[in-house]
Amino acid sequence: MVEELSLPKLNFPTTDLKAEVQDLDFYYGTSKALKNVNMSVPARKVTALIGPSGCGKTTLLRCFNRMHDLYPGNRYDGQIMLDGINILDRKVDPIEVRMRISMVFQRPNPFPKSIYDNVAYGLRVQGLTKRQAVDEKVEQALKSAALWSEVKDRLTESAYALSGGQQQRLCIARAIATDPDIVLFDEPTSALDPIATASIEDLVNELKQQVTILIVTHSMQQAARLSDYTAFMYLGELLEFNQTNVLFNQPAHKRTQDYVSGRFG
Amino acid sequence: MSNSSPALPKSNRFTKHKGAREWQERVIEFVLFLAGFSCVLTTFAIMEILVVESWHFFQTVSIVEFVTSKDWSPLFEPPGYGILPLISGTLTTTAVALSVAIPMGLIAAVYLSEFASGKLRETVKPILELLAAIPTVVYGYFALLLVIPILQWLYSFVGPTLSNIFPAIFPVEMSGFNMLGAGVVMGLMITPMISSISEDAMRAVPNMLREGSYATGATKLQTALQVVFPAAISGIFAAVILGISRAVGETMIVAIAAGLQPNFTFNPLDSAATMTAYIVQVSLGDLPHGTIQYQSIFAVGLTLVLITLVFNILGYFLSKRFREIY
Repeated sequence: MVEELSLPKLNFPTTDLKAEVQDLDFYYGTSKALKNVNMSVPARKVTALIGPSGCGKTTLLRCFNRMHDLYPGNRYDGQIMLDGINILDRKVDPIEVRMRISMVFQRPNPFPKSIYDNVAYGLRVQGLTKRQAVDEKVEQALKSAALWSEVKDRLTESAYALSGGQQQRLCIARAIATDPDIVLFDEPTSALDPIATASIEDLVNELKQQVTILIVTHSMQQAARLSDYTAFMYLGELLEFNQTNVLFNQPAHKRTQDYVSGRFG
Repeated sequence: MSNSSPALPKSNRFTKHKGAREWQERVIEFVLFLAGFSCVLTTFAIMEILVVESWHFFQTVSIVEFVTSKDWSPLFEPPGYGILPLISGTLTTTAVALSVAIPMGLIAAVYLSEFASGKLRETVKPILELLAAIPTVVYGYFALLLVIPILQWLYSFVGPTLSNIFPAIFPVEMSGFNMLGAGVVMGLMITPMISSISEDAMRAVPNMLREGSYATGATKLQTALQVVFPAAISGIFAAVILGISRAVGETMIVAIAAGLQPNFTFNPLDSAATMTAYIVQVSLGDLPHGTIQYQSIFAVGLTLVLITLVFNILGYFLSKRFREIY
């Protein structure tokens, strides 16, 4: 009975799917970090990945923008379908994938450049050179990241002059400036204080109007507050995937139940 | 009396080692102090000798002549004591060396830090650093017997034409001793130092900056040049400044290959003498103590120290300024 309910595919009505993970295995060298993961990423929703440390949630997240390609010895097996294309295919250019799927990291990582140049970085890298167009996109991204009013008079200052929370919002502005299809968040508030965390969470809530969001979080409260869908991962497997309120209130799996009720983790 | 508490047993376990331990600490502190202080003392001793001998020198030769005259010939009659030819020689060879070493060193550093695999880096870096262990006298003969003949051969194709158009700048044939050859080899000598220190600085850039760049869709080259390089710029400045100091102070290569002729010229095709080359040339002869020629060594040495001091101070402020920005 329980096993039947925990089918990893979506078993609820949804408007629109952005991406779909199909039979995904992932290997760091010879050690298998993801085992037969299947899940859907609904469009313009927040999907959270939760689970105890080492369960593979960050590994799964980093498959979406092919970050694993940066280090030798990693291997994907299976598909992540985006717009009908398997982005894990060897023929697919990981740089093109990263232009469509951007990422916000665990700790704020602004570049040693001005505030303006940080946001413009992705645009320029992707070939946008017209001054006016870059100006517009930078302003728009900073507004979406709720940072514009704080920095509009000091765009040429170093990004390192900003506080930790502001730096993380700057990184979000950098990630959304290029109008990506999906934004990946890897525990974006784990290095921030509670007030900065709240402002980032508000921001994620705002952003889902425009963009599909996939977020890894250690905090179950954060997953419950923020996400529309939640995937629970355990030892490299995706044990359960459902609407967040269902997964938290009526988990199908004993382990999910134990984790979301704080019995282990 | 009946309710008095029993006396604690007397023990010296907390006191008996105190004296010996404190004495030991004091001895160690003194030894460490001596080691540090001897360096400072040496520096002051050198400065003292330089200043005192130079002061004797400037009793005879006016400072104005020293810094403005373009004739340096202390060993001839009539003697000339203008240091400008030696400065021009030093600056020209240094400039040639840097124009070789900065591009080559930085390109090598970017490659080793950002592109080469770990295995390749571990193999190449020690070999590159081995170049710094070759005695400079070997470099000198390398310049004289290999690099300059090659340069002469290359020059023979363009020399005659160029000397027709700009006879003041280009000789018909390249001299067998010139600052270009000496400078190029000096650049080769400095390259590993600049690349090694710059590479360390770039490797120290946290990986999360690289990942942040890749995550926007940047290529390896864009990441290396636009994120890693500027993040490491203060270490790279330090490498370049060290390279300059090394080039300004380099002696054997220029003494062997640049010609030992004090000419006031900034043309690298000419032969010339640098400050260091003059010092080594004169101190090889049997100069009696206290003569003006003997003292001229110290005046030149003092000038050399002042010039490297200026570069070091400049480098200190440059790297500090850029560290504040980034």
